[in-house]
Amino acid sequence: MSVASVRMDVAPAPRMLFMQIRSQLIGYVRIPAFSVTSLALPLMFWLFFGLPNAHHTMSGGISAGAYVLCSFAAYAVSSMMVFNFGIGVANARGQKTDLLQRAPPLPSWVSITANIVNALIFALTSVVLLILFAGATGGVWLNAGAYLSLIARVLLGSLPMIGLGMAIGYSAGPNAAPAITNLIYLPMAFASGLFVPAEFLPDVVQKVTVYLPLYHYGQLAWDTVGAASEPIWKAALGLLIWAVILFALAVRAYRLDQTRKFA
Amino acid sequence: MGNAVELIGAHKSFGPVQAVRGVDIAIRPGEVVAMLGPNGAGKTTSINLMLGLRRPTSGSARLFGLDPADRRARSRCGVMLQESGVPSSLKVRELVELFGSYYPRPMAAHRAIAMAGLQEQAGQAAGKLSGGQRQRLYYALAVCGDPEVLFLDEPTVGMDVEARRAFLEGIREFAASGRTIILTTHYLEEADQLAERIVVIDRGVVIADATPTEIKSRVAGKRVSFQSDHPLTEADFQDLPYTSLDLHEASVRLLSNEPESVLRDLFDRGVQIRNLEVVGADLEEAFISLTSRDQQTRKEALS
Repeated sequence: MSVASVRMDVAPAPRMLFMQIRSQLIGYVRIPAFSVTSLALPLMFWLFFGLPNAHHTMSGGISAGAYVLCSFAAYAVSSMMVFNFGIGVANARGQKTDLLQRAPPLPSWVSITANIVNALIFALTSVVLLILFAGATGGVWLNAGAYLSLIARVLLGSLPMIGLGMAIGYSAGPNAAPAITNLIYLPMAFASGLFVPAEFLPDVVQKVTVYLPLYHYGQLAWDTVGAASEPIWKAALGLLIWAVILFALAVRAYRLDQTRKFA
Repeated sequence: MGNAVELIGAHKSFGPVQAVRGVDIAIRPGEVVAMLGPNGAGKTTSINLMLGLRRPTSGSARLFGLDPADRRARSRCGVMLQESGVPSSLKVRELVELFGSYYPRPMAAHRAIAMAGLQEQAGQAAGKLSGGQRQRLYYALAVCGDPEVLFLDEPTVGMDVEARRAFLEGIREFAASGRTIILTTHYLEEADQLAERIVVIDRGVVIADATPTEIKSRVAGKRVSFQSDHPLTEADFQDLPYTSLDLHEASVRLLSNEPESVLRDLFDRGVQIRNLEVVGADLEEAFISLTSRDQQTRKEALS
C-alpha cells in the first residue's frame, strides 16, 4: 500500500446530512410559533370534533373515535408537510438563506433531504402525541398493529403533499405563502372529509371529493380501522398520480427559481 | 502550478443588460487581488462567474482548472457574498460548525470564530447580531473550511472604522499564510492596503490590471490644485492634457500626467494662479482618472 495519504476532495455526505438535519431541527424548535402551533392544532381539533363523538359507533360497527383519530392523524401529517414546505421554503427564499447555502459546496439534494427528514420527524411526533392524547382524553386505543400501520401509511402517503408544499414555496413570496397555503390546503382538507366525513358534505362538493389527493390519503388512514370507502389500491394509485403531478409542478417552480438566481 | 481562478473572454448578459463584456483575468495561487470599480461595474457578476454561481453567456470560467460548479473545486474555496441571510435562530457557533461540515478539511470552529473576532458572540443567535458582527459571521463562515482561495464580495460593508481596521488585519494575516484572496471593494484605500494587484473594472470591462504602485504611476501621476483670481470655466482648460477636472468657482483641482505643460499653457492664457500645489495622486484619484479617461476615449471613438 502506498504511504501517500488519501486526500478527500469533498466533504463526506453523511456528516453533511447529519449536520444539516440537526441544525434545521434546532432552528425549527427555537421558533415555537411554528413548531408548537403545528403540534397543538391537531390536538385542539381532536377536542372539538373527536372527543364529543369518541364513544359513538358508526354504521358498520366502527368506533367513531377511532375514525376521527385516523382523520386527524391524516390532517396532522399532511398539514405539517404542506405548511412546512410551503411557508418554510418561501421564508428561506425571502430571507435569502438559500443564497447563503449556495455559496459553500453543499449539494442541494442534502438540504432538501434534510428538510424532508425533519418534516417526517415532526410529523411522527405530531401523530404520536395525537394518539396518546386521544387515548388519554377519549379512551380511544387501537392495537399496536393498527397504530404502526396508521403511522406508516400517513407518513408514506404524505409524499404528494411535500410536492404541493414545494410547488408553493418555490413560487410564492414569503408574505403570500401563508395565505396561499391556507387557501389551497384548508378547503381541500374539508372537501376531502378530514374534518367532517365526506358523506355529510353537500352533493356538489362530494362530486369533486373523490378526485382530491387528501381524499385518497384519508382512505389510507381510515382503512386501518376498516372504514375506507374506496379500495386501497385505488387510493394508492390516486396518490401516486397526484405525487407525479405535484412534484412536476414543484420541480418546475424550483428550476425557475434557480434559473432566476443562478443561470 | 496552474491558475487558481480564471475568466476567459467571459461575457454575461441579464436580458438586455450586459453586466460583464469580455473579461480576462487569471489569478495565480497566493495572489491577493482587489477588484475595484463603481457600483454596477460588474464586480459581483465577475465573482459569481468565477464561483459558478452564474454561468457565462459566452467565454468560460475555471476554478483550479475545473468547472467552477464542480464540488471538488468549490471545496477549496471560501465565499463571502453580499446580501445573503442567515437562519436567525441558530447560534454563531452552531452555524460555523454547520458550514465546516460542508468542507473536507475544516478548521476547528473556535479558530474560525476567533479569526472573525466573534469569541464574545459565539453563543448568540445570528439574528441578534449587529450589522458589522453579522458581516464578521459571514467571514467566519467563509474561512471555516480552511480554503485555499477566499472570495470576499464587499467584505467591510456596515463596519465602523475600528472594526474595519481589525478586520483587514485579519485578512492580511490569512493572506500571509499563502492563501489566494479575491476581494471586491469600492473603498480604494482598502484595495491599496491589502492587495498586491488591482483589477479595475468599469462597465463590464477590465480597464486596468496592475500593482497599486503601477496604477498610481501609470495614470494621472500628479494632482494639481490652485486658486485663480476669478471664476474659471471648462473652456479655460480646453485642449490641456488633464484627465479629470474639478472646478469650484475660482478653486481648481485637476489630475494630469503632464502638470508642467498644463501650468505653462495656463500661464500663457493669462490665468492668475495662487496657492499652487502639485502632489502625487493617491489611488482614489488614479482610479477616477482611469475611469474618466476611458470615458473620454470612448467619446472620441464615438465622435
